[in-house]
Amino acid sequence: MSYFLARRIAGFVLTLWAVSIVVFAVMNVLPGDPALTILGLDSTDEARAALRERLGLDAPVVQRYLAWVGGALRGDLGQSYSFGVAVSGLIAERLPLTVSLAISGMTLTVCLALVMGLTAAARHGRAGDWAIMLFSQLGIAVPVFWLSMLLVLLFAVKLRWLPPGGFPGWSDPVAAARALVLPTVALALVQSAVLARVTRSAALEVMRLDFVRTARASGFAPGHIMWRHVLPNALVPIVTIVGLQFAGLVTGTIVIENVFYLPGLGRLLFQSIANRDLVTVQALVMLFAAIVVTANFLVDIAYVLIDPRLRAGRA
Amino acid sequence: MNARLPVNILIGAALVAVVMFAALLSAIWTPYPYAGIDVANKFAAPSGAHWLGTDQLGRDLVSQLMAAAGNSMGVAVVAVGIGCSIGTALGLLAAAKGGWIEELIMRLSDLGFAFPALLFAIMLAAAFGPSLSMVVIAIAFINIPTFARVTRAAANQIWRREYVFAARAAGMSTFAISRDHILPNIAAPVIVQATIEFAVAILVEAALSYLGLGAQPPEPSWGRMLAEAQTLMYLAPQLAVWPGLCIVTAVLGFGLLGDGLRDISDPRLARRRPA
Repeated sequence: MSYFLARRIAGFVLTLWAVSIVVFAVMNVLPGDPALTILGLDSTDEARAALRERLGLDAPVVQRYLAWVGGALRGDLGQSYSFGVAVSGLIAERLPLTVSLAISGMTLTVCLALVMGLTAAARHGRAGDWAIMLFSQLGIAVPVFWLSMLLVLLFAVKLRWLPPGGFPGWSDPVAAARALVLPTVALALVQSAVLARVTRSAALEVMRLDFVRTARASGFAPGHIMWRHVLPNALVPIVTIVGLQFAGLVTGTIVIENVFYLPGLGRLLFQSIANRDLVTVQALVMLFAAIVVTANFLVDIAYVLIDPRLRAGRA
Repeated sequence: MNARLPVNILIGAALVAVVMFAALLSAIWTPYPYAGIDVANKFAAPSGAHWLGTDQLGRDLVSQLMAAAGNSMGVAVVAVGIGCSIGTALGLLAAAKGGWIEELIMRLSDLGFAFPALLFAIMLAAAFGPSLSMVVIAIAFINIPTFARVTRAAANQIWRREYVFAARAAGMSTFAISRDHILPNIAAPVIVQATIEFAVAILVEAALSYLGLGAQPPEPSWGRMLAEAQTLMYLAPQLAVWPGLCIVTAVLGFGLLGDGLRDISDPRLARRRPA
């Protein structure tokens, strides 16, 4: 077990390190002159030289990389060129909204997917199963930004039940929650489509096993069998997909925040791209990639906690 | 053979055929020039002259949707083609050589999975500027690890077959065995994966163009049409419907086709299908 954990932790750290090299290389080395990217083609040589000096771009690449990584480990992600403040401060300011959206989105995703997947498995081959699978197939094909627009059209433009976008701040919790309803639903409807399919097939696999037949023969209620016996034994593939969906959730929040004009990290990323603020873009891309890598690492650990057989096999 | 499988593939193939036909036709004919502005006819309702109406600049919607289909398919074909070629070659190399070469290729593939396609494309667009070429490069790059993994897994199985041992004993080189025996026998999973990746490529292109990082005006794109429609949602909500339906049609088509082909190519799945 400890060998398995040590290997996974080493792999996690190595992957993060490699990701940081890729992000730094793409943002600093490949494009040529970052000062030119930031200031644009019409900038003067003097202005570019001054910016290069200010951002420390004259130093050798390896030194700049080490300074960036060292700073990031201390929580110093550099100074935003366009906002004129520390990037870590910008991130801290916008993080609560993005995290709230991600948590509410993931919670609703899992709830919807488990209910739909288990219901489809219980009604296997019947109309309910087909309807849920049709919804799932459509959900996979629908782009999250289009679904968001349709939800806005219906619930904000036509019915006027919810705001079409924007965020009023946390001082008014009710208004804040109302502003997050449509983004959360849009995120969850798309994400739950994949998870519902996986839940259904994982549940169907378990339902063929002898102990389920025994539970049925013993007279347990179908709901009890599903939630207490089938679901716990079907969790490994479900947790795998939940982990993989973190990548989708990360990109989903980036898109959703831009559709609904929510001032979170995704919106900050696009503002920074528009302002050619490479320092902020670099920090945000690294942060989003680190979230994905961490989620994958946690899924690996979760396998072992969920399924003791894997623990025995890997230890 | 039960009824579900052909339905999967038939519906998928039909949807893909419709989109492909529109894309190919747009190369030689559209009802109007897709960027042709006719302000006097702006927001025209559907009619014989404009089957789906016009947008805020009087541009014909059908023409724009057809041209955007061409762009979308073009991006998907080139990006998935590049990713598939490089990824398959790396997967074949990993399976053929084994050892540290295989380990290196697989660890690099793991690194690729740390970047969701959209995030990687956003990073490239931020560094190099937004364009459809960046979208192609990003999607191609993200596809490489996926195809490398699929190919390596399939190729490793073929390398254990007796006819491969025989070929090796007959003196065939590793390259010749990979080309003549391994590649033809792993074509099925690679084609299935390519079909699925087509759907992903269409979604990513649309998302990036919607966000302003893909197709730039006047290049037609379903995603960019939706971005323009969003600002006119109160005035002309119908403009937000058609491009979205086109994306869903294309993605659903390739998704169903890929699922169906995977079912056919994997007998274990065929056995599991409900009677």
